Amino acid sequence: MAKPSPVDFADIQGLVRFGYGALTEASFLLLRIRDAAAARAWLASAPVSNAVMLAKAPDTALQVAFTCEGLRALGLGEDILAGFSAEFYSGMSRDASRSRRLGDAGANSPEYWQWGGQDRNPDLVVMLYARENQLDGWSQTVRGQQWEDAFDVLDSLPTSNLFGVEPFGFTDGVSQPTLDWEREREVSGDELVYGNRVALGEFLLGYPNEYNKYTDRPLLPAGGDAVSTLPTAEDQPQLRDLGKNGTYLVFRQLAQDVRGFWQFMDRQTNSDPQTRLELAEACVGRKQDGQPLVELSDQPIEGIDKHNAAINGFTFDADPTGLRCPLGAHIRRANPRTTDLPGASDNPFSKLEHTLGFGESSYGKDVIASTRFHRLLRRGREYGPGLSTDDALQPAPPNDALRGIHFICLGANISRQFEFVQSAWVMSSKFAGLWGESDPLLGNREPIPGCPITNTFSLTQRDAVKRHITALPQFITVRGGAYFFMPGIRVVRFLAQI
Amino acid sequence: MIPQSHLTVVAPIADGRVDDLRSLLLSMNRLPGVADPENALIPFGHLEEVHFARFLVLEDPTLQDVRVYNLPPPAYPVYLAFLCDFDGPLDDFLLKLTNCAAVGLTRIFEHCEGFSRKVNLLAWMKEQNRDPATAYVNWLGRTMLQVREEEQLLLSIRGWLDADSSRGKLAPRQLQNELRAYITAEKSAGRLSLTPEPATPITWELKNIAHLIAVPLLLLLLLPFLILYAPVFVIQLRRRERSDPEIAPRPDPVYVNKLSALEDYDVTNQFTAFGSVKPGLFRRWTLIYILWIINYTTRHIFNRGRLARVSTIHFARWVFLDDKKRLFFASNYDGSLDSYMDDFINKVAFGLNVVFSNGIGYPTTNWLVLDGAKDEQKFKYYIRRHELPTEVWYNGHPGLTALDLQRNSLIRQGLETPDMSDSQLRQWVQLL
Repeated sequence: MAKPSPVDFADIQGLVRFGYGALTEASFLLLRIRDAAAARAWLASAPVSNAVMLAKAPDTALQVAFTCEGLRALGLGEDILAGFSAEFYSGMSRDASRSRRLGDAGANSPEYWQWGGQDRNPDLVVMLYARENQLDGWSQTVRGQQWEDAFDVLDSLPTSNLFGVEPFGFTDGVSQPTLDWEREREVSGDELVYGNRVALGEFLLGYPNEYNKYTDRPLLPAGGDAVSTLPTAEDQPQLRDLGKNGTYLVFRQLAQDVRGFWQFMDRQTNSDPQTRLELAEACVGRKQDGQPLVELSDQPIEGIDKHNAAINGFTFDADPTGLRCPLGAHIRRANPRTTDLPGASDNPFSKLEHTLGFGESSYGKDVIASTRFHRLLRRGREYGPGLSTDDALQPAPPNDALRGIHFICLGANISRQFEFVQSAWVMSSKFAGLWGESDPLLGNREPIPGCPITNTFSLTQRDAVKRHITALPQFITVRGGAYFFMPGIRVVRFLAQI
Repeated sequence: MIPQSHLTVVAPIADGRVDDLRSLLLSMNRLPGVADPENALIPFGHLEEVHFARFLVLEDPTLQDVRVYNLPPPAYPVYLAFLCDFDGPLDDFLLKLTNCAAVGLTRIFEHCEGFSRKVNLLAWMKEQNRDPATAYVNWLGRTMLQVREEEQLLLSIRGWLDADSSRGKLAPRQLQNELRAYITAEKSAGRLSLTPEPATPITWELKNIAHLIAVPLLLLLLLPFLILYAPVFVIQLRRRERSDPEIAPRPDPVYVNKLSALEDYDVTNQFTAFGSVKPGLFRRWTLIYILWIINYTTRHIFNRGRLARVSTIHFARWVFLDDKKRLFFASNYDGSLDSYMDDFINKVAFGLNVVFSNGIGYPTTNWLVLDGAKDEQKFKYYIRRHELPTEVWYNGHPGLTALDLQRNSLIRQGLETPDMSDSQLRQWVQLL
């Protein structure tokens, strides 16, 4: 096979490659298009940041992403919109069947959302990032002349810098997939070893994914000045690729009840600081500083560099019963680090034996799907003031500040990535053969027919019955959300011309 | 051991009666597509031996696909299908079913050709019953009685453990002893029941052994022919694999919404798919042969919790219709359809390929087992496009996955095995 063409970083929005960690201030503007012509004029010159690596991180960054309504408002036809994925086309909250699958029920129901539910859908999100004290100035610069005519601000979501720690007090964002920017990854057959390097097509449209296939996206027949500015589709060179170098962006505003979380842990442990911390860590699966509860792997893991390996170089293979890290802990659900053929060794007999189901046939073995098809590239930011554990144990003052995370993840296939992880792993009351529990942090605790109880959390004990923590309250509530498409930069300019 | 059996009534619906029938079926539901166990037509909740049941209209929206072979779509009837998976022999079940729901069944089947109040209901249902080409049961002989008793056992054990937190800290052997005493007391007090496994019917046992031996024997006899035919088969197959057209466009979003509106009310879901076998004898005979082989494996090998690597399927069946020119597949599985399809693709693509690649439009396979389902998106489109809405679905044990049922049985076995080794005991207490 010919060597694949190199990636054009100048055509990719920077968020795919960078978290913009040095730009500690950020705000997300949820906009409605008031005047499509003015919106297009703004897009034509908006200083959207690309993914080219600079010698020094920039002082500011701008990213834009659109909902299906937004693309429609800009003038994309239904035939083109129907080329995007069904999840994007339908939206996060409009279909009750989707809400049911995502656990957006009870207090999480879209009807209660601050934005994104019912008739509060944004057309686009403008994401502003800046170094300390530069955000206001950057925001003014970005707005420019057409802004006022172009957009109505539906919501302006501020963020806060908690120095890499999420509001409950745990180091966040430790585990991220490594993107195969060099396009060297070859996927063929079952992968017997867990790896963290993932095909580019999992996170960018227009490239082969982990099945070595191109994910569907709108392809346009060549012709016309505007269309001719679009990149060529790599798999169908006679067509122009509206998805190329773009990706989907899943945005969920998750309110975190930090006081509720720590006060519950406190009650469960008779206010003993050490066991209180241990229980909270068991829920997460990591210590507060990010160290995993399981031992680090003695073998290097492909796609995890030496620096990151000290905190992220592990799988759960050595802890099959969950003695060190509970089976239902948040990090086990969100990223179980399973292989395609658990337990198999690299010879044809073993592979055949495992493929036919005779390899790991005892109870509870090989029940979690292979992880490489279900990875999330997370780019979230916290909001609200930080709260120490000691302060969190105090009763809430009147008008206590709101806290939480703007969960943002990128991926080329919303249903196979975000929706699968959310429904089959995080929200599932049956993950890994468990009973009556969902994610200790994210669970909505809503009953399911036949499963009245979903609010427990079990901790494996050595040579004894599992310890069941019961009646976990809801700690995290969905306050808003939408599916966006974050186009490549040429496509941003194309949208300005239609 | 009481083996499970299947009822697969398939009967043509009388002209112009499909819409009436659909609305009658909808009246049985408590949630979209989910039967009310106490519904007035067939109170499934009173049929204690039923694991799963469904009613649906078999109307193939992909019938036109055969035009890619330059053939006109045949005029097939629209069928009503009534499927049940239950414990014990078919005759006993039919008798009980007709006693329990004769009026309701009659009202439903009156929409079918050749049925009226004057027809003997039981005899007619038996006549319309089709033998599946392949049937799969997650766990041979695990009865609904056992499922219910073992779930009660689990709840009772959990209650006992929760009542006194010191119990959970007991050493495994002491815990087992105390639990055994507690469960014995609960049984004596009539609050729990753990019915011992009944004897296996001797006729079933004999038939099963005969089948176990006969199929390999027959294969052995056929072997010379199969060896001679193999090169011809390969040529025929490879030629077709190169030329058979794929028909896997993105399914209509309205149709997909209609299907997904019937899903995810329970941890278990239903799935039914329907399609035509590729024209010609080659594909038809290949399919007949393959399903015959698979049926042997599900009957004798894959009957202990897993179909190959997949541990989420409770019951499944492949049924031929219309002179084996059409096939439908029905299953009951844990999780959402997306995770089910991912299992198909990532775990058992070879199994899906050998069967469904003989259906019109399936994503192109290579050597019968390779590629095909591995074309993830096309495969998922193909599946959704061939899926039918299941109008009425009943699950006798909502909220319990196949893994739950297996765990509950293991808990009971451990309780009833006083002489477990220390390491077995340590594993057993982890299940509680």
